[in-house]
Amino acid sequence: MEDCLAKKMEITVSEAEKRTGRNAMNIQETYTAYLIETRAVESQSEGQCGPVESLWRRYSEFELLRNYLSVTYPHIVVPPLPEKRADFVWHKLSADNMDPDFVERRRIGLENFLLRVASHPVLCQDKIFYAFLMQEGGWKELVNETGFQLKADSRLKALNATFRVKNPDKRFTELKHYSDELQSVISHLLRVRARVADRLYGVYKVHGNYGRVFSEWSAIEKEMGDGLQSAGHHMDVYAASIDDILEEEEHYADQLKEYLFYAEALRAVCRKHELMQYDLEMAAQDLTSKKQQCEELATGTVRTFSLKGMTSKLFGQETPEQREAKIKVLEEQIQEGEEQLKSKNLEGRDFVKSAWADIERFKEQKNHDLKEALISYAVMQISMCKKGIQVWTNAKECFSKM
Amino acid sequence: DTSLTEVNAFSPSVPISPSSMTNQYKFEDGPELRDLFITVDDPESHITAIETFITYRVVTKTTRSEFDSSEYEVRRRYQDFLWLKSKLEEAHPTLIIPPLPEKFIMKGMVERFSDEFIETRRKALHKFLNRIADHPTLTFNEDFKIFLTAQAWELSSHKKQGPGLLSRMGQTVRAVASSVRGAVKNRPEMFTEMNNYMEMFSQKINLLDKIAHRIYKEEREYFNEMKEYGPIHTLWSASEEELAESLKGIAGCIDRCCRATERRMAGLSEHLLPILHEYVLYTEILLGVLKRRDQIQGELDSKVDALANKKTEKDLFSEEIGKLEDKVERANNALKADWDRWKQNMQWDMRSTFTNVAENNLRYYEE
Repeated sequence: MEDCLAKKMEITVSEAEKRTGRNAMNIQETYTAYLIETRAVESQSEGQCGPVESLWRRYSEFELLRNYLSVTYPHIVVPPLPEKRADFVWHKLSADNMDPDFVERRRIGLENFLLRVASHPVLCQDKIFYAFLMQEGGWKELVNETGFQLKADSRLKALNATFRVKNPDKRFTELKHYSDELQSVISHLLRVRARVADRLYGVYKVHGNYGRVFSEWSAIEKEMGDGLQSAGHHMDVYAASIDDILEEEEHYADQLKEYLFYAEALRAVCRKHELMQYDLEMAAQDLTSKKQQCEELATGTVRTFSLKGMTSKLFGQETPEQREAKIKVLEEQIQEGEEQLKSKNLEGRDFVKSAWADIERFKEQKNHDLKEALISYAVMQISMCKKGIQVWTNAKECFSKM
Repeated sequence: DTSLTEVNAFSPSVPISPSSMTNQYKFEDGPELRDLFITVDDPESHITAIETFITYRVVTKTTRSEFDSSEYEVRRRYQDFLWLKSKLEEAHPTLIIPPLPEKFIMKGMVERFSDEFIETRRKALHKFLNRIADHPTLTFNEDFKIFLTAQAWELSSHKKQGPGLLSRMGQTVRAVASSVRGAVKNRPEMFTEMNNYMEMFSQKINLLDKIAHRIYKEEREYFNEMKEYGPIHTLWSASEEELAESLKGIAGCIDRCCRATERRMAGLSEHLLPILHEYVLYTEILLGVLKRRDQIQGELDSKVDALANKKTEKDLFSEEIGKLEDKVERANNALKADWDRWKQNMQWDMRSTFTNVAENNLRYYEE
């Protein structure tokens, strides 16, 4: 990763701001803009940093960038964006896009996205990406000028359409299967985690009621009063502690979500390969049938049924000149077809090679990241228990003094 | 856990069922002075042509001389306990008689003969008898002794003696009448304070009871969700290579957390919930006792008033009044002593129960 952008430049998404403006249909809307700050880093000296450059972008521009990258680099597992709408929420979390907590978590997610792209050996060199970071005005036009939308294969949008590939590459089939499993299991996990968080919140918060009642009760007790009062205080502390605990857990959930969306990106690469393979097979099939036609015309034998053949039999033979002309056309087509097939084959092999390289890179990254996430989750749980132990030790002392 | 070992150390050679050990109660006198040990266990269902009911086995072991034998085993049903309670209230109107578990109420959650309901009731009945045994006065009550020792038919015939239904009804009518009259005018300050305290205490203990039930419910919901949480990680580990071990590890930990949660819930339902419930019932009893004291004083007051109006027959009245004054004084003293005792017990119970809750939670987090 010596050449990657992330090493040469500090990138942060440092702020988020609510804006109002008029959209393409001249309707007033509210949206959030994010401030991207970049600073060139001198590799040798510590203190020597370039000036901070900054510009504002909104979520839809990030989306445009990602679409561009997906189409332009179909063999790359392109890093995903943070979710468009809040999903997997538990009751305290708001599903509102304007909610400050959601905006904050999205800000972090967008920064993460930029860092991922900047540290990718291939993607970081893209000029449009660089312009996204550095050039505020006219960037949209620049992207559209690349004409990437034309390259986008609309068939990819039809997620469930199946293309009957005769010789599927087993590795890709397995990979696609894996990405489906990963998506399914992570989204199930996130759903249950949200419910668990909800319930945990309930347990902690109800203990807060103890605090209030203990305090009121202590007013009528002489000997028990002090113990009750201070125990009540600890119950309040206990009830309040859950807020921080669950906020930290949201961060873990976001890490899992990233890989939920990464699974989609992985699937997209498999899909593209599938389509490529399908096109290849179609082209080969087409070529074979044209060759056959040519042969038939040349030898005058009809091996395969064709309407043209029948009609010409019924309504009279063609002249030798006509036949010659047809054969010529076919021969040209065949030659074209053979060249196309050759280049498609080459394309396909290149795709598989570079895709597989990126997939290996992705696998390593995924294993590393998820392992770290799981470890940090365990650490969070331990910390939660330690806090619990502390509170209840204090409470126990107060109770024993009652 | 020193309190637990104290109970264990002085447990008699009588094999007390393990579940009764969890009902920690204070030994009034020093443990060495205890001479009456009672257990309630072994619920059994009886089906007759008319009804179905449950009996419980009551085992008594004692070294007291007034008991003919040192060991008794009888079967009693809930009705019998009700009878005992009303006899005790009759004999000692201003003493604090421990609460009985409630009659079956259609709360919708528990079925009448469900195991859960029967077990909760059994534990409460066990507590009830032991609280009586611990009480310095009630423990020597004759009806109590008969309850513990008489065979079923003996108890039936004994029940039929004594003041009948009508006289009991008469008492109730008088009690209602006196309570309608409102606060007694010459009520000593002390008992007004007790009344005020009891009103507040009743509020707070009812709230605590609700809170504790709510916590139990939330913990149960949490447990239900957690049960689903662990297996997902195991499922995931099946698609992974490098991550499989870590994921299986997490699944195992989550399952252990589930078991710890179960234990925490059990702790709540075995200790905190029954005690809070008992004290909720106690508040009704105590308010009743205070009313009865007022009622007794009311009798005195009305006689004094009557005397003030009828100057003749002074001697007759003064004798009666003398007797009533004695009665009032005895009632007041009995109540005061019992009140102090009750408050001490309450403090002990609350301290030990809540400390137990804290320990439970510590154990949970440590696991």
